[in-house]
Amino acid sequence: MNQMEVFTLFLFNIVVYNIPLLYGTVGEIIIEKSGSLNLGVEGIMAVGAIFGYLIGCSANSLTVGILASFLCAGLFGIIFAVLTVTMQANQNVTGLTMTTFGVGLFFFIGKGLSGSWPMMTAYSNINDGFKNALEIPLLSKIPIVGKAFFSHNILVYLGIVIAIAVWFYLNKTKTGLRLRAVGENPGAADSLGINITLYKYVHIILGSGIMGIGGYYMGLNLGGSFEGSNCWINGYGWIAVALVIFANWSTAKAILGTLVFGFFNTLQIYSGPLANAFPDSLGFLAKIPPQLYQALPFIITALVLIFASVNKKKKMAQPAALGLNYFREER
Amino acid sequence: MKKVLSILLALVMVVLCFAACGKKDDAKTDEPKSDFLVGAVYINSQNDTAGYTFAHHNGITKAMEQLGLPKENLRIVDNIPEDTQQVSEAIDKLANQGCKIIFGISFGYIEAFAEAAEKPEYADIIFSHATGYKSNDKNFNNYFGRIYQARYLAGIAAGLKSLELGNNNLGYVAAWGTEYAETCSGINAFAMGAQAVNPNAVVHVNKISTWGDEAKEKAAAEALISTYKCCVIAQHCDSAQPQLAAADGKVFGCGYNSDMTAQAPSAHLTAPIWHWDVYYKLAIETAMNDPANFMSTVGIYYGGLKEGFVDISPLSENCTAETKAIVDKVKAMMVNGEWDVFTNEKLSIAKDGTITKTTAALKDNKGAEVISADGNTYFTYNDGVLTAVDGGKDACDGVIKGSMNYYVAGVEEG
Repeated sequence: MNQMEVFTLFLFNIVVYNIPLLYGTVGEIIIEKSGSLNLGVEGIMAVGAIFGYLIGCSANSLTVGILASFLCAGLFGIIFAVLTVTMQANQNVTGLTMTTFGVGLFFFIGKGLSGSWPMMTAYSNINDGFKNALEIPLLSKIPIVGKAFFSHNILVYLGIVIAIAVWFYLNKTKTGLRLRAVGENPGAADSLGINITLYKYVHIILGSGIMGIGGYYMGLNLGGSFEGSNCWINGYGWIAVALVIFANWSTAKAILGTLVFGFFNTLQIYSGPLANAFPDSLGFLAKIPPQLYQALPFIITALVLIFASVNKKKKMAQPAALGLNYFREER
Repeated sequence: MKKVLSILLALVMVVLCFAACGKKDDAKTDEPKSDFLVGAVYINSQNDTAGYTFAHHNGITKAMEQLGLPKENLRIVDNIPEDTQQVSEAIDKLANQGCKIIFGISFGYIEAFAEAAEKPEYADIIFSHATGYKSNDKNFNNYFGRIYQARYLAGIAAGLKSLELGNNNLGYVAAWGTEYAETCSGINAFAMGAQAVNPNAVVHVNKISTWGDEAKEKAAAEALISTYKCCVIAQHCDSAQPQLAAADGKVFGCGYNSDMTAQAPSAHLTAPIWHWDVYYKLAIETAMNDPANFMSTVGIYYGGLKEGFVDISPLSENCTAETKAIVDKVKAMMVNGEWDVFTNEKLSIAKDGTITKTTAALKDNKGAEVISADGNTYFTYNDGVLTAVDGGKDACDGVIKGSMNYYVAGVEEG
């Protein structure tokens, strides 16, 4: 057994299998920065997945699929915006409803409407487009790291570019500053003439769209087959909600958070192979009960929360008005 | 404007009233031909198009069709999680509708079914629980199958493929390992089948510790292919993801539950499959005609290849004609009751199909005897200590169904 090969593949899979978490997290951060707590990530990702599948496959184009998942999930996000921003509905309940509705819609289209949708792997352009690795010149030539981090499909890079661009947008642009003001103190922002409703709508739609791409990615990674009994998203939307806290509402830290969560997620599968490949140094991995791997990311999130609340100097970046509906007359 | 709207709404309501009436009339004209009602509690949706619930639903409807029962006579409560309260409510609902036999398909329904069977008001209803281990002597049984026999045959196909490729490494993606006798006996039977044709075959088990996580099922198969260069990927999990990974990795595979050749035509060899309708037909027929003697005629059901309850899907084009001949021969031995997997008799099968039986103790992968050389004592681990199971030879089925917790020689987890 080639030790390096096992190790490289382990690192490679941390990225490939967990990038959807990054999309979900970045989307949620944008929405939360506007002051809305959207717990519907799972459902929005499911909607992005199913419409990305339908429209992408009918056009046999990966690009069309990505755009469709972005647009349809964004449109789906409007429901959340209308209910919570315009109609002032409770955000927690609306978010949970979005999850139930989105996952239900996924099953209705994927299993209810037709028992025999073809798999995504049957569409050559989509299959090749997703599986062909884009090697970054020079960097991909580095042993181990090159294959693990710089030789991925296009959606991996897109996710990271989006995360960095959103970080820049939130922290370095005037609109980003205004958005943060809306999330911190909408009353004050309103008095400065910022259109709160518009800001909230635009960013809920934008964030939902980004989540949708993540959902589409989950489907692509599973070959787009409906024969399993679970939704393609399978709980990743919920992990994304936890990751937002872990990343302290920073999309740049979300990249790191994705890798940390992904590390444990993938370690469970690779504990056996790694223990066998490196019996001396990593042999202990095989003895750890698998349930611990499944719990670790959440234990870490809890620790991060405790650490952040104890450490007074480090300010929690949670928007002050998160989860509160803004009603001008009550200002 | 308001007037127009109210008139419109009123019109819509009138139309809806008629629509609702129409439905009722339809139901009335479709009087059931027989009044025998069958109840079923499902863990997933009855509209599933693949998977566990689908397999059972398909089995029940097929059995009812064969028995001439109209499909309206099947009453279903679906999407019921393994929660005793919810299952009990589902059972009450079905019992109130007049079902005379109620099936529960998921393991975790066990308590609710055991409780319901003891209720005096349900004494004339038969409760039948899949994969469980509880029963009573009046109206409550459990049913499962010797799927390990089919896994042994799949193991032979995989072993012959490994000989053909000159690669002794086989992979196995398992939801669980030695924690459950069901997964454990399946892994062992597969390994023993492979070793019957290729004594050097090693089965690497990658355990994902969860049911129904498709991404993990795929990742586990990829890890097996790259780490051990496995040439065949077998599976004990729900989706076809391991077979897709095998096709991507240009290796072969054995699916589970359904013929997965359609999903992975270039990789799939054969899959152990269930014919649930065989049991459902027997159970419903007995419940209809002779419910008083249900427990003495059907009783605790554990059907195998012989009953046609389990089988393997037709060997795909990735298998040779010789493979088919050998598999058929071994299958015939099990159908005749001439030989079975977990005994003190080991099969060695030459490439030309000659089968030699040798009598020897079965050893686990730590070298300990788990079936004695005379075949009369079965052992399992009890708190880490190898302990003989009471009952001698008769303990066999109990061990396979409930207490097997070791891997046979040649199986490695990790």
